[in-house]
Amino acid sequence: MGPPAYQGAAADERALVARLRAGDRQAFADLIARHGGSLLRLATAIVRNRSSAEEVVQEAWLAALEGIDGFEGRAALRTWLFQIVANKARTRLRRDGRSVPFSALSSPDDGEDHAPDSDRFDGNGAWKDPPGRWSEEDPERLAQGVETRAAIERAIADLPAAQRAVITLRDVEGLEAEEICSLLDLTVANQRVLLHRARARVRLALEKHLAGGR
Amino acid sequence: MPSCREITELLTDYAEGRLGLVHWLRLQLHLGMCSPCRAYLRQLRATAGALGKLPSPEVPADLQAELMRRFEGWKDRR
Repeated sequence: MGPPAYQGAAADERALVARLRAGDRQAFADLIARHGGSLLRLATAIVRNRSSAEEVVQEAWLAALEGIDGFEGRAALRTWLFQIVANKARTRLRRDGRSVPFSALSSPDDGEDHAPDSDRFDGNGAWKDPPGRWSEEDPERLAQGVETRAAIERAIADLPAAQRAVITLRDVEGLEAEEICSLLDLTVANQRVLLHRARARVRLALEKHLAGGR
Repeated sequence: MPSCREITELLTDYAEGRLGLVHWLRLQLHLGMCSPCRAYLRQLRATAGALGKLPSPEVPADLQAELMRRFEGWKDRR
C-alpha cells in the first residue's frame, strides 16, 4: 500500500478511466488537460518535428481510446500513455526512414559522441578549464528565468535523439530509469550513458548562459 | 585515485544513487578534496532540477479540437 496521496491519485485515475469507458466527453478533456502537454513534449523529443509530433499524439490518443477497455491499471495511466506515444513516435520515424536504434550507441546519431567537457581536462585527467561559477544554481529560479528557460529548451532540442528522449523522460517528466528502459527499449547501462551525456550537454549550455564572461 | 575526468563521468550515476559501494567511496573521497568536481556536481544537479521545473507545453487549440472530434467518432463506433 502506498501513502494516502498516492492511493487517492490511483482512485481518482480509476474513476477517470471508468468515465472514459462510459463515453464521458469531459473525462477525455480532463485527460488531455492532465497529460496532453507531456505527451506532446515526448513525441516532439522523439520525432523532433512539431507537426509530426502533433500527428503522432493524435494517433496515440486514438489508440488509447481504442485500447482503454484493455487498460488493466497495472501501470499508471500516464506510463501507459507514454508507452503508446513512444511506440507511435518510433513507428513514425521508421515510416519516414529516420529510424533511430535507441539501444545502439554506435548509431550515427549518438556514436563517436565524446563527453562534451572532454577538452577541459589535461593529459592526466585533471581540470585545466574548471566549471565556471554560475550566477544562479537554484533549479526553481533557473526554470523561471525566461532567457535561461529558452537556453535549456534550445540545449535539449539540439541533443541527439536518444539523449533527448531519455533526458525528457527522466528529468523533465520524472519517470524512473526502469520505466524509460522499457519505453525506449534501452538497456539500463545505455540509459545511464545517454542520461549523463544529455545532462552534461545541457549543463554546458547553462554554463555558457550563466557564467557570462568567465 | 580516479582523475577529475573519470569522476565527472560518474556523477550522474552518483546523483541517481546508482553507484556501487567502491565507486561511491572513491567518489566521496575525491569530492571532499576537489572543489571543481563539487561545483560540477552541484551544476549537474541544478540542471536536472531545473528540467523538472519546466512548464508543460500547451496543447494547441486546433489539436485539442481535433482530438475532441475524434473522441466523438470513437464514441459513436462503440
